[in-house]
Amino acid sequence: MLTTEPTTMSSPRDARVYAMLDATRYTSVGAMLRDALVQFKTHTAFTELDRKRVTQRLSYLDVKRAVEQLARRLEDAGIGAGDRVAIVMTNQARWPIAATAAFFRGAVVVPIDYKLTPADREALLAHAKPRVLITEYPLFAPHASGALAAIPLILVSEAPVDARLAHAERWDTLGTDDDALATAAPTFVPRALEDVATIVYSSGTGGQPKGCLLPHRAYLAQYTALTSLFPLGVGDRYFSILPTNHAIDFMCGFLGPLCGGAMVVHQRTLRPEFLLSTMKSERVTHMSVVPLLLAAFERAIREKMEVLPSWQRAAIETLMLVNERLTERRPNRLVSRTLLRPIHEAFGGELRVLFCGGAFVEQERAELFNRLGLPVAIGYGLSEASTVATVNDLRPFRGDSVGRAVSGVQLRIDAPDASGVGEVQLAGPTLMLGYLDDAELTRAAFTDDGWLRTGDLGHLDASHHLHLVGRSKNMIVTRGGKNVYPEDLEGAFSALPCEELAVFAEGYLWQTRGELIGERLIVVARLKSGATDAERARFVDALQLCNQRLADYKRVHALLLSETAFPRTASMKIKRAELANELRLADAQSDVRVLGTSSESLR
Amino acid sequence: MTTTTQTAELETRLVALAAHRFGKPASSLQPSDDVFEKLGIDSMQAMELLTEIETTFGVEIPDYELQGVTTFSGIAALVRRRLG
Repeated sequence: MLTTEPTTMSSPRDARVYAMLDATRYTSVGAMLRDALVQFKTHTAFTELDRKRVTQRLSYLDVKRAVEQLARRLEDAGIGAGDRVAIVMTNQARWPIAATAAFFRGAVVVPIDYKLTPADREALLAHAKPRVLITEYPLFAPHASGALAAIPLILVSEAPVDARLAHAERWDTLGTDDDALATAAPTFVPRALEDVATIVYSSGTGGQPKGCLLPHRAYLAQYTALTSLFPLGVGDRYFSILPTNHAIDFMCGFLGPLCGGAMVVHQRTLRPEFLLSTMKSERVTHMSVVPLLLAAFERAIREKMEVLPSWQRAAIETLMLVNERLTERRPNRLVSRTLLRPIHEAFGGELRVLFCGGAFVEQERAELFNRLGLPVAIGYGLSEASTVATVNDLRPFRGDSVGRAVSGVQLRIDAPDASGVGEVQLAGPTLMLGYLDDAELTRAAFTDDGWLRTGDLGHLDASHHLHLVGRSKNMIVTRGGKNVYPEDLEGAFSALPCEELAVFAEGYLWQTRGELIGERLIVVARLKSGATDAERARFVDALQLCNQRLADYKRVHALLLSETAFPRTASMKIKRAELANELRLADAQSDVRVLGTSSESLR
Repeated sequence: MTTTTQTAELETRLVALAAHRFGKPASSLQPSDDVFEKLGIDSMQAMELLTEIETTFGVEIPDYELQGVTTFSGIAALVRRRLG
């Protein structure tokens, strides 16, 4: 199991020889990472930058030392098989180092979204009950004193000298006083395929926490499937900009590159111009983006085009057509780069592929990038199925679909209608075991024969490419890749002067079919019976005001006033499906009033 | 000059800069306006605007300070703090 003989795989695109580890030889993520740190020891694992400058480069050997030191601290604290280690950090080398150390000790990694408010993070931590929290000072500081008291061991990195840390420890001083930590190797704790590797929260803004229990087999199966499509190895440079707590970066910016010997680049900013300069200076080869960033990149290209003389612009248009023809069947980086040098140089000149998932890409934009020879591999996945369920393999490029099921993932369309549209359901080794401490939610997530209900509606075309057209669940995904569950937002409107109120995803409420781009939210409210026009106006004003104060992705787009009481369960929960059905039957769509100039959900 | 007038002047300059960048009449924007809503821009465009503001005023504002800041006055306060 622990032999490190590499799998050799050559890519026909550039004849590079890859020596990635063979995931089928392992039973745990930790065992594979442990071998990788030895196998690739002389290569660079991480490069970190501030806005313009490289601040740190770590070799695999440096990472091994840091991992062992931290694992030793965890061992001393009694952390072992099945104990939970939460990580709340921005993208930096210490994120994967912390996770690898936890895996060394057989622990379960709980990635928490660092972009959540401190209160939302505390709610998830209270739900996950970790024995260890690993975090960084700017994220640790806003927590009220005592809020994290239940967590026995807290390690904080980058804390200023005079910082008050209560019972938390500094990561930075681990092992500096020449104690056992500096010398003794930690004991590696093996795990089995079915053991839980991570608990990934698929929602986190108020409401009910849904912690997906993902086993080691899910990650190992995904690693094999994804690297067979997109090899990532020594010489490749992956730019990690999506949060590492997110399933995509966890795989593509941590497990994937580390187990193949690639380098991961982290930068302390998300400003497009600094990202572009780093793509150039670090010669980035792969990155994952959300549609918002793709839009920013397109603006950068257009700005570059605009300053060119018109003859040169015309030449580029022609070259784009030529490039499109020459790369019709599969991408050819050398052809594209030669033809469209000025464009490619803006992106560093080495970019092979942009992965875009988590949210839906405008087809035209994906096509533009492809014509420029910067292929966008559009994928689809959900936390409940580890990372990726379907992806475009770029042979040929398709901008109209989220791709085909990757190996290891079985996909079916349940109860298709006349046009072949039904719920997308998944099976195979990448599925979660269930939700943490929630048997009811877990039961609802699976069919009787064990398939995962995604709540997404779609159809398969003749070449087995999946097309998503709507949702059977009350949920939206923003262009920034954030999952938003409307019922989680209702608390924000609880002070409004009305009898009852519910928030719906527009597409769910009206069962619309079409592209899942620019999804919006609708408030349904019932005022007291016999409300006067003045009272209605007051309610609308209060709603507008409340709406303005919310983070943009939480804002509702429109209001529907209902006259009848909402259907409720015995425990007084709103029966959402029934309410939505009543509103559809009452043809209420024509009564919807749009609120102000509500901006789209963006983050 | 008092701090209040300095802040007001800073806000006016920020509004003018944003109006110019996104082709809106400066008179249509107020310091208390929501930047995203009024300019119809996304969070990436807001970051691009911020970089232009930094260049103009010779300051540097880390990304994490922007969380929850949505108005011109909010951005002005961040710039103001750095100008001292």
